[in-house]
Amino acid sequence: MTSTLQAVDGTIFAEWLQRVGDNSLILGHRVSEWCGHAPALEEDIALANTALDLIGQCQLWLGLAAEVEGKGRSADQLAFLRDAGGFRNLLLVERPNGDFAQTLMRQFLFDAWHIELLRALATSTDPRVAEIAAKAEKEVAYHLERSADLVIRLGDGSPESHARMDKALKSLWAYTGEMFLDDATDQAVAKAGIAPLPSTLKAAWEATVNAVLAEATLENPGQTWQHKGGKQGIHSEHLGFLLAEMQFLQRAYPGASW
Amino acid sequence: MSKNEWPLWEIFIRGQHGLNHRHVGSLHAPDAEMAIRNARDVYTRRNEGVSIWVVRSNDITASSPSEKGPLFEPSNSKVYRHPTFFDIPDEVGHM
Repeated sequence: MTSTLQAVDGTIFAEWLQRVGDNSLILGHRVSEWCGHAPALEEDIALANTALDLIGQCQLWLGLAAEVEGKGRSADQLAFLRDAGGFRNLLLVERPNGDFAQTLMRQFLFDAWHIELLRALATSTDPRVAEIAAKAEKEVAYHLERSADLVIRLGDGSPESHARMDKALKSLWAYTGEMFLDDATDQAVAKAGIAPLPSTLKAAWEATVNAVLAEATLENPGQTWQHKGGKQGIHSEHLGFLLAEMQFLQRAYPGASW
Repeated sequence: MSKNEWPLWEIFIRGQHGLNHRHVGSLHAPDAEMAIRNARDVYTRRNEGVSIWVVRSNDITASSPSEKGPLFEPSNSKVYRHPTFFDIPDEVGHM
């Protein structure tokens, strides 16, 4: 395998790193929006922990992206000074929080994919990527354990919780296909042995999702039309509102710190 | 609302260097498994623990504060129960 590796262009590598980092950043920010509003104190703290884990991972990924890019930008500058079109996150993670069912289902569908990605990245040819992935994997293993458990409890819960989880699953399903689409950037980093092709993660993701949905008595929506574009910077209108809040301070007071 | 409240659990954590689990506080959870998860999220955020015990608060039987006198005061005057009256040979070293 090593003999067939092809070196990757720095711009492409940086682009790929932004995709990984932006997923963590945007989902981390979304989850942090629950802080102080969750249905129970214990859930509030658990969600804040998840948000902090994701934002911590984003710092590492975007830090490396900035380093690889070599334009003198920092992780903070990437996070707070890019406009929506500059973000490379999946459309799934920018979906609004909705009710608690929407938030949990989004988390579960993402976690089940995230863990497979991080496990595969542990053997990346780039030691920096492998190191970040190894640290993140432990955090994400817990995220998945928690979100899967809650999806099962609420799916197989009261008629109301089941109906809400079912609605959340149906509305988010059309945003899952993008996780497994391969484009030229993915092909290039895969050829360099840095990361797996997204399409290779699908079988393991489906196995996890099918097992959890079955236990949660929720029906897999199956083959449906799928959205795409987030990875290439084409986003839904929701991302703009999220960035307006997340970036306000750095936009209004450039360079502010504490 | 109060009828639907999750039951209360008492949380015990064994720290990095501790041999025993210590009571750290309480929280609400629908069952024992979620009480452990919630305890992980609420009480071990700063690397406090290596093990968690949870027990339903209702399952704890406590001594009554009004019986404090008869329960505890009799031992006040019995200093000889402290093992401080023995000469320890130097060879034993620190105990």
